[in-house]
Amino acid sequence: MSTLDHSLGTSGTSAGTLAFRRFLKHRLAVASLLMLTALVLGAMAAPVAEVLLDTDAKQVNLFGRFAAPTMAHPLGTDELGRDVLVRLMYGGQVSLFVGATAAIIAAVFGTAVGLLAGYTGGRFDNLLMRLTDGVIALPLLPFLIVLAALDISKLGLPVSIIHDENVSLYRIIVIVALFGWTTTARLVRAGTLSLKSRPFVLAAHANGASSLRIMLVHILPNLISPITVSTTLAMGNIILLESVLSFLGLGIQPPTPSWGNLLTNAQELIWEAPSLACYPGLLIFVTVIACNFVGDGLQDALDPRALEK
Amino acid sequence: MIAYTSSRLLQAGLVLLIMSFVIYGLMGLMPGDPIDLMISSDPDVTSEDAARLRTLYGLDQPITERYLNWLSAVFQGDLGFSRSHAKPVLDVLLPALGATSVLLGLSFSLSIALGVCTGIWAASKPYSVRDYAVNFFAFAGISIPPFWLAILLILLFSVVLGVLPAGGMGAVDPTGLWDSVKFVVLPVISLTIASVGSHTRYMRAAMIETLRQDYIRTAKAKGLSPRQVLYGHAMRNALLPVTTIVALDFGALFSGALITETIFAYPGMGKMIFDAIMGNDYNLALVALLLATCMTLVGNLLADGAYVVLDPRIRLSGERT
Repeated sequence: MSTLDHSLGTSGTSAGTLAFRRFLKHRLAVASLLMLTALVLGAMAAPVAEVLLDTDAKQVNLFGRFAAPTMAHPLGTDELGRDVLVRLMYGGQVSLFVGATAAIIAAVFGTAVGLLAGYTGGRFDNLLMRLTDGVIALPLLPFLIVLAALDISKLGLPVSIIHDENVSLYRIIVIVALFGWTTTARLVRAGTLSLKSRPFVLAAHANGASSLRIMLVHILPNLISPITVSTTLAMGNIILLESVLSFLGLGIQPPTPSWGNLLTNAQELIWEAPSLACYPGLLIFVTVIACNFVGDGLQDALDPRALEK
Repeated sequence: MIAYTSSRLLQAGLVLLIMSFVIYGLMGLMPGDPIDLMISSDPDVTSEDAARLRTLYGLDQPITERYLNWLSAVFQGDLGFSRSHAKPVLDVLLPALGATSVLLGLSFSLSIALGVCTGIWAASKPYSVRDYAVNFFAFAGISIPPFWLAILLILLFSVVLGVLPAGGMGAVDPTGLWDSVKFVVLPVISLTIASVGSHTRYMRAAMIETLRQDYIRTAKAKGLSPRQVLYGHAMRNALLPVTTIVALDFGALFSGALITETIFAYPGMGKMIFDAIMGNDYNLALVALLLATCMTLVGNLLADGAYVVLDPRIRLSGERT
């Protein structure tokens, strides 16, 4: 194997290592990746911080409202006297979880649609792509609001789901994922179209491989790069959407904190506690911009043609 | 050309029809129906009255039946009555549409103008400090939560500086032009910042792509000034793909308007849709959502039309078929 590598002049460097090196050159992307890691770790450390600061994230203390930052409350307290820092950390858990889960669901769905459309071709392709175009062109937010306001008991779902305490969490994940799949679907379709007439796919066909096997085993692995890039970029958008819906009171329901719903009251309290309006938004902003930079860096790293240009 | 246009129009009409059914169905799934709302606001309504009213308004019929009834009423010019405004839907909708058009028109033009300029500026020296700076701010504009941006603007201009109102539309008795204009300033700034980032990035990408073409090298070789090459030769061609992408962004701009209008209490379509959904005013929400969809479709059609007009290559191939 190594002799072959040497004869090709690549001196044993795999494509993955090359991509990783290219990614490291995109300094903003590397910094963003570190930032995202820090945010995830920070969110996961919420229970630890709660113990260390000797406070309870859910405990209302009306005598300690809008307290200035102290040792006990590093970022002060909110309108109900709860510790702002700990609430932000718990909110991060929810927002990041929703963002990651919905992005993955959207990626799986978009990949499935793109693979099917590209591989099947013809009318079915046309139908799926029209649907995708339609979702892209629609004014999204009004429709998301309608979906978020629906009375789910009218959908005929099992009672156990409707009365689950996490129902607002599941619901928001489904809603934002519904609209985050379009870019992935288009990229995967384009990739499938160009791959399906390549010799290795034709060879698999000649070997008698089923359509499903060709799609999943032969085509899909070649599309991992565009899927990774579009999922990273979609994650930023999805976190943004979740925060908008939660801000409008339609997403994650208080007292469960999310970065979006921590801002719901901030507008009314803007005269009393302007700093409360700053922190959650700043965290959303940093997370989303970090996702976008990482996506940009991955794009450069995984698609060398973009650099040659 | 005529065949193409009519088929596009037909398609748009079909999409609108399908969307109207989808939206109608979604409204049926909203919490509470009109009769329930009537019962909760008037204790004298008995269950027999409720049943009678349901039959009277056709609410006991299956959804397809109700939809067809609604549709035929719409085609006869009856869009229904808004519950929360106590006015015909159209009387509520038209002023809101006007207010939104002002907001969208202003911020869309501003954002395009800014995006095109900074996009060209960045692309004229790709991978320079200037390019990276523009790219950074474009990413920042795309990533900033629009409602947070609005809150920050209120914080700066209304709370700290106190020069602009935090929301609303028009003073009770305006004493000058400024009294009417000042309510639009913050919403327009906020919506412009939210959309200028993606416009800049589109323009930059299209410019870099165009500047790599052979005819640009020819233009440079024959001794044209960089300015002439940039604005006379490259910009016009780079604008073509940007027209299409920007038109597809129209839906996103409308979504942005919903957030901006809600926060600044600006009486446009976005805030009206939000209030109508939240206030169970389904007649209004239904028609307003359809109108928003319709606006997006028209925006897309216009962009396609503009593309055909701007690009002679497409016009030629269209005439040949």
